[in-house]
Amino acid sequence: MIPRHLLIGVAILLAATLGMSVYVWQMRSRVHRTEVSSLNTQPVAPPVSGATERVTLYVAYDDAGVLRPQQVHVQLPAGRQERAAELLRALLTLYLDKSSPHPLGAGSEIRDVYLVDPGLAVIDLNAAFADNHRSGVLVEELTVVSLIQTLSANIPGITRVKILVEGNERDTLAGHADLSNFYDVPAITQTVAQLQSAQ
Amino acid sequence: MRWSKERRELTPASRRPSRRRLVAAVGFAAAILLASTLLLYSVPEEKRITIYSNAANYSLPVLERNGDEYVGLLEVFEPLGPVSAKPNGVHWKFRYYEVESEFTAGKTRARIHGADYDLPSNFLLENGRGLVPLSCLGTLMPRILGGPVTFNQNSRRLFVGNVAVHFTAQVNKTTPPKLVMNFTAPVNPTIATSPGELRMAFNHEAVVAPGSQALTFDSKIIPSASFQESNGAADVVVAATVPLMASFANNGRTIIIEPVPQAPAPSQTQTPIPRPPTSASSATPASGTIAPAGIRHYFAVVDPSHGGDERGASLTDQIAEKDVTLAFARRLRQELETRGLATLLLRDNDATLSLDQRASLTNSAHPAIYICIHAASQGKGVRVYTGLVPPDAENHGPFLSWDAAQSAFQLSSRSAEANLVKDLQNKQIPARSLIAALRPLNNITTTALAVEVAPPSDDVSQLNSPAYQQLIASAVAAGVASFRDKLEAGR
Repeated sequence: MIPRHLLIGVAILLAATLGMSVYVWQMRSRVHRTEVSSLNTQPVAPPVSGATERVTLYVAYDDAGVLRPQQVHVQLPAGRQERAAELLRALLTLYLDKSSPHPLGAGSEIRDVYLVDPGLAVIDLNAAFADNHRSGVLVEELTVVSLIQTLSANIPGITRVKILVEGNERDTLAGHADLSNFYDVPAITQTVAQLQSAQ
Repeated sequence: MRWSKERRELTPASRRPSRRRLVAAVGFAAAILLASTLLLYSVPEEKRITIYSNAANYSLPVLERNGDEYVGLLEVFEPLGPVSAKPNGVHWKFRYYEVESEFTAGKTRARIHGADYDLPSNFLLENGRGLVPLSCLGTLMPRILGGPVTFNQNSRRLFVGNVAVHFTAQVNKTTPPKLVMNFTAPVNPTIATSPGELRMAFNHEAVVAPGSQALTFDSKIIPSASFQESNGAADVVVAATVPLMASFANNGRTIIIEPVPQAPAPSQTQTPIPRPPTSASSATPASGTIAPAGIRHYFAVVDPSHGGDERGASLTDQIAEKDVTLAFARRLRQELETRGLATLLLRDNDATLSLDQRASLTNSAHPAIYICIHAASQGKGVRVYTGLVPPDAENHGPFLSWDAAQSAFQLSSRSAEANLVKDLQNKQIPARSLIAALRPLNNITTTALAVEVAPPSDDVSQLNSPAYQQLIASAVAAGVASFRDKLEAGR
């Protein structure tokens, strides 16, 4: 016959063990959530003041190797140049999301967009954008065409686009897509048409 | 005296270890040399079968499977007429004109044109590609073609119909003597000379042996010649006591072999065609008089992208794009050459070439087509690109803008791209045509394409599979060969 006080003691110890297990489990989940949020490498955009507008982003989808227009609501500032930069940042936010259809490397950022008359847009990427970009003809082309088409479809009057990295000219994005020349927007339209069909 | 004695005793003792080291070093070097030689000579030559027909003469790789030799059935019939193949589970339906056949993976029994046919060993299905034993071609092909074929299995040469090229050889008793060889059709062998012999390799011609494989002539300078055939090619070796040279006459139907004149040869004027740094291209084919070296006119330039310090994409942890493009480009060159299309490979090793160098080398060679090879882990199948030419480039008189040199050839490039993609799709290979800002396409002054090869499935390592590379290389070469006339016209 086991003494009663011993049974009570064992029951208390078991309850304490169970309670501690639940506590440890909760602590572990909390730490994991903290780690995930600290790994989030999306750039922190400065607050934008302006009206929310419906714009068309040209989003690359790696699975099918296509470019699809996607309408989103974005808060855009009044200035033409600032609008251009915000548009591309909105596109980048989509690409840096966990469920991105066309993932970009960690730390990728649009440093700035300059609109130079007549009709020239200069997109300045940060080094991480190019250095961490995946290499391949199609995957690089999807990125470049996505940026150019998103810009030209929403900002009227852009006829040529030049892409810089950290303010400097660079030969290619990641070994393939040529960045040494200017992109002609009407010529890109034909590429966009091809990239919108999977065949 | 004591000193000298000690020195006499010490000196030989101190030399002994250095001699031992010397002997060991020589032995080690000899072992390395022996091992390298053995390694070099033990690399097996790729097995090939050559098929001669009125439609085309072509060469295909022979694959070793389970100790037997196999060949892709679709590739065998493709140059002969319209073919299609459709895998359905373990079954593989094959159609040539109206003749339908059905094969089953792992089985020897097949149905050809409604009748049973037994293969000597099992039919194999690999990535949708149907492989049949090589030994059955002599009996299988007549059933499908409805006409006779002659198959020499030992030399792996197959003749469809009456296509054999015969020849006679006789030595004219002139001074110096001349060996005159008359062929029943024009020939263009690869010719190589070495002390005591001149060797003509007939890789694309259906040349067959005369009555005897050994020919003897009543000449002390050119006493004999022999006919040899192996691995899908035929060689004629002319033995001589002096160095020989060959010249062509009668529109390539006659080859005249004679001693090299003793007087110094007149200096040759050479077109300054830059050669790639270490191109290991096959021997220069004969065209006119065979001198120590000739200028080769290339139909195609194949450019394996990246190389050296520039690795290209890291396709997997172990596979770099530069290695896949080189392996694939070598296969493509082989496939183009077997279709009679002289091909220059811009790099045949791990050399670093700038984009400008690639464009300059290509433009200097004046090919009918430039094909740049890329490889990617994303997507499936093959993507064919033409260049996106920058709009702001200006030509100044005869001087073309470097960045827009391709502009005059864009139509031809787009047409070639469309033809190639259609051809690949007809062969059940997923293919897509695109425009890309991809240098050096816009610097090339001829029809220019980039071919980006993606894996057949999610398994990226398949990009390194010889079978997959061969399948794509063969399909691309067949596509290019199918519109060679248009390309030649646009050159």
